[in-house]
Amino acid sequence: MIRMCLAIPAKVVNLKEDKAKVDFGEGVLREVNVTLVNANVGDYILVHAGYAIQVLSEKEAQETIQLWNEILEAETET
Amino acid sequence: MVERSKFRDPDLAKRVAEKIHKLAPKEGTVKICHVCGTHEWTITHYGIRSLLPQNVEVIAGPGCPVCIVPASEFDEAVQLALKGVAVTCFGDVLRVPGSTMSLLDAKAEGADIRVVYSIADAVKMAEKEPSKEFAFFAVGFETTAPSTAVEIMGKPPENLSFLVSHRLIPPAMKLLVEMEDLSLNGFIAPGHVSTIIGLKPYEVFPKVYGMPTVVAGFEPLDILIGVYMILKQLSENKPRLENEYVRAVHWEGNMKAQELMQKVFDTVDGNWRGLGTIPSSKLNLYKNFTVYDAHLKHEVKVEKGVDIQKGCRCHLVVIGKIRPTECPLFMKACAPQKPVGACMVSTEGTCRIWAKAQLS
Repeated sequence: MIRMCLAIPAKVVNLKEDKAKVDFGEGVLREVNVTLVNANVGDYILVHAGYAIQVLSEKEAQETIQLWNEILEAETET
Repeated sequence: MVERSKFRDPDLAKRVAEKIHKLAPKEGTVKICHVCGTHEWTITHYGIRSLLPQNVEVIAGPGCPVCIVPASEFDEAVQLALKGVAVTCFGDVLRVPGSTMSLLDAKAEGADIRVVYSIADAVKMAEKEPSKEFAFFAVGFETTAPSTAVEIMGKPPENLSFLVSHRLIPPAMKLLVEMEDLSLNGFIAPGHVSTIIGLKPYEVFPKVYGMPTVVAGFEPLDILIGVYMILKQLSENKPRLENEYVRAVHWEGNMKAQELMQKVFDTVDGNWRGLGTIPSSKLNLYKNFTVYDAHLKHEVKVEKGVDIQKGCRCHLVVIGKIRPTECPLFMKACAPQKPVGACMVSTEGTCRIWAKAQLS
């Protein structure tokens, strides 16, 4: 059963019009609808109930981790 | 992509928890509310509450889209099914009690009820059997509503209609913030709803209500950092809107999804199970799409249903006024195997999540 506000990251393996084959990891491939996003092959997308709802940003994911560490460091000094 | 484990780094989590303890006020309590079933799952599954100071409480608001659909709309789905229309729905919907029966009860009486993973599957089924009438029970918040809009704009087969029960989250947050006896001090806003609607709809909470609001992701560290950011805002006495989930949520949200939703749906006042009517909180099909409206096509309309079964306290659980363990039915008369209230049925329901984690 799916949780309805859960969205799972998946990698776009191939694209054909509004459909994409995506890899949820561990070899699970599924077709999803990509009408709502501008995705390219190789992108990570968030998938909710068979629809991509957003393209995940690698750069911003890296920055998130960095920001967390910065928050912790800065606070240590005060 | 950044390894998922980095967002679950126990060492980092411990350090953030220490910061939270340092930042927490020495006196009084801080009550932070989230409004997403998946946030509740992460919080419960990873034991986040046990990492927080005693006076920092995180409560679960109405973040389960299945739990807040009123019984009358389930009754309509049951009526459709009993009329011989094949009802397609998400699995979570199946066992939710209507006034007298659930869709699963209707199935036991021979009705054609089919669980789908995606609305696209419902469309495929209708295409495959053109002589049969189908209806899709469209439940979900802003995360799910765009997929309904995509299919309706894509001209689905004539034998498919829709029972649209989509609800919107910001109006429900407004209801919570205006409940004085709930005394909230901050919001963790739902990450995946926000991928669609962006940040702007939350501006009102810090601006008008002085409520710190942080959009957060779904890894344990996302939540801990979200709590930290709220406590920081409170300690500085500077309530603002912040985005912790930058890797998925952008200021403007998903514009394509918003445009499609605006084309297909009108926003109307909506009844929420146990909460009453919330202004501008429900999506209805626009007039030019009424050909797809299951109510009109099959003449079903239930004005009022039995939302809360006897003894059930789901209406207090969904707004975080009580914990599931404070309901006298929890894990006694009401358990995942024999649910009384909707909160015990859906995998996003607070009672179900607590039951699964064996919190009692």
